Amino acid sequence: MSAINITNVSKIYAGGVEAVKSVSIDIADGEFIVLVGPSGCGKSTLLRMVAGLETISKGTVEIADRIVNDVEPAERDIAMVFQNYALYPHMTVYDNLAYGLKNRGTPKAEIDARVAEAARMLQLEQYLDRKPRALSGGQRQRVAMGRAIVRKPAAFLFDEPLSNLDAKLRVSMRGEIKQLQKRLGTTSLYVTHDQLEAMTLADRLVVLNGGEIEQIGRPLDVYHTPASTFVASFIGSPAMNLLRANREGNRLHFGSQTLEADRLAALPTDLTVGLRAEDLRVAQAGEQSLTLKIDYVEELGAQRLVHGTVDGKPLTAALSPEIDLGETIALTIAPSRLHFFDTTTGKRLTRLTDTSSVIREQVAALEPAIS
Amino acid sequence: MTHAPSLSPTSPALPTAGGFFRRFRSTPSEPDFAKRVQFSSPYLPYLFLAPQMAIIFIFFYWPSVQAIQSSFYLEDPFGFGSTFVGMSNYTDVLKSTEYLGIARFTAVFTALVTFFSLAIGLLLAVKADGIIRGNATYKTLLIWVYAIAPPVAGLMGMMMFDQHIGPLVKFVGLFGWDMKVGLNYTDTAAAMIIVSVWKQIPYNFIFFLSGLQGIPVSVREAALMDCRSGFRRFWTVILPLLAPTAFFLLIINTTYALFDTFGIIDVMVKDKAANNPITLVYKVYMDGFRGNDLGGSSAQSVILMIIVFVLTIFQFRFIERRVHYT
Repeated sequence: MSAINITNVSKIYAGGVEAVKSVSIDIADGEFIVLVGPSGCGKSTLLRMVAGLETISKGTVEIADRIVNDVEPAERDIAMVFQNYALYPHMTVYDNLAYGLKNRGTPKAEIDARVAEAARMLQLEQYLDRKPRALSGGQRQRVAMGRAIVRKPAAFLFDEPLSNLDAKLRVSMRGEIKQLQKRLGTTSLYVTHDQLEAMTLADRLVVLNGGEIEQIGRPLDVYHTPASTFVASFIGSPAMNLLRANREGNRLHFGSQTLEADRLAALPTDLTVGLRAEDLRVAQAGEQSLTLKIDYVEELGAQRLVHGTVDGKPLTAALSPEIDLGETIALTIAPSRLHFFDTTTGKRLTRLTDTSSVIREQVAALEPAIS
Repeated sequence: MTHAPSLSPTSPALPTAGGFFRRFRSTPSEPDFAKRVQFSSPYLPYLFLAPQMAIIFIFFYWPSVQAIQSSFYLEDPFGFGSTFVGMSNYTDVLKSTEYLGIARFTAVFTALVTFFSLAIGLLLAVKADGIIRGNATYKTLLIWVYAIAPPVAGLMGMMMFDQHIGPLVKFVGLFGWDMKVGLNYTDTAAAMIIVSVWKQIPYNFIFFLSGLQGIPVSVREAALMDCRSGFRRFWTVILPLLAPTAFFLLIINTTYALFDTFGIIDVMVKDKAANNPITLVYKVYMDGFRGNDLGGSSAQSVILMIIVFVLTIFQFRFIERRVHYT
């Protein structure tokens, strides 16, 4: 009903800089989509084109089956939450919430009812008479959310709404946004550079790089099967370790060290291997391993990040804090947990049979036992 | 003389009006203990204040006291002494129909000059703010006029309104208006107002433009999503946020129209036939230095002082209340 269809959208600035390059995303009704990428990747530009704050150079944006390329922002039936809240400083919280409705000629009684409802939902009831400057950052953010909610729009657009909050508040607001969106079921497009925010909020996330889509997918799919080295290093914290390797049969040589895996025959001999820090574990005696020369350790409480080098190349492992560390440590990884990427293009390479299908086989094998 | 200040939003080229007037408010909104300086001697702060106080006393309070004092005396035109006459200088002035007529004209003149210079300055600033390409040139061209000294502006105005060569006189002549500046009361008044407004527009333009550029882009964008009518957006969001600047300019422009238009008026009415419109300040000058009636002239300046005093109190009491400082 209120789906958003972005079709081959480009943004070309005067001077020929192409900030967004032919991006297509289909957003289903009620879906929460997060656009994520480093600064300058075009995510905000894309959002602003959907909002109508930037002109669309090429392609079309459809909101609820209506092409809105030439429609004024106020008529697109969308509401936006800005990074610095963008509240009207001269209006009370009530007026801030009511402003958009008043301009649309909504009857007074209905405005009152909707503002009251939004205020209740966001726990703003006792602040309705205050001006924004008398509110804390979190409360201002709630007012900004409320301003979007009262309009009952076809879609919410969020432009890094949590970046101005401190870390603790960010986590709680993140939860509130997610719950609110679920309850209202409003299609949402959310921009962030914070991969953790992207992972936790998104139904599907869109990883952008240099104005192009690197990958679209559900958070766990993106995490487990990153489509490129860019996505691999961007999604997940700490970033995925990427090591150059030489393949000889089913053997992978990392300089002087070697790991053995299976079903590698189709891969090129020169490739990049991805290892998640949390997939690495201490090798038992007799297991194949990589020797990590430890440089320094970051304590995170629940786990510790061990930074070091394997044959001169940097590698990070997330290990349990109970493990005693010496100068070096022998690490191993399940062969199915290895990721492979093309060294030149950075694109993901699949083995003869992909790991996910192995898992599917295992699940299929288990199913008769379950039923 | 033609140097224009840079107007990029990041450079603090101009003080914001809000900050300027906040200092005068009786109740500071937030205590700033962090800025408080500790002095080793309790007299040191007074020493630092002394130069400023000296200037205020010598150039403001002392002449004011002198004016008040001489307003109770009848001065001999040739400086051979003075006679105490009590309030009669005041009663003479306030009974004079000529004086009341000038007061009425001054009120109309001040109201019109303030209104039009603010309105046109704001209009140009809003338009300049919307321009993306070539805006530096446009701004410079608009600010240029401010560099012109008032008598020169008056002189240029005189030429524009000259009976024989004035292009504006010829222009309005096309519509059947036979303008006689310096002879006809209304025509002179019109010319005076136009030149005074023209002279003040750049000043207002600079302040309004910097005020507009101080409004956060995201607030404008939020308004863009909430309100489709640009006109309504301007009245409900932009103008209220410009109010501190507008209030500051209202006071400055009122003062300008009352006092600083002296040079323009002087050029326009000097050596002209009588019955030309003049303002109260010009009347003070005429009576004091042309008519050598120092006592009456002093009484008039005291009255003017009281008018400005009352007007300023009124503006701060009743208008500033509606101004929202961010």
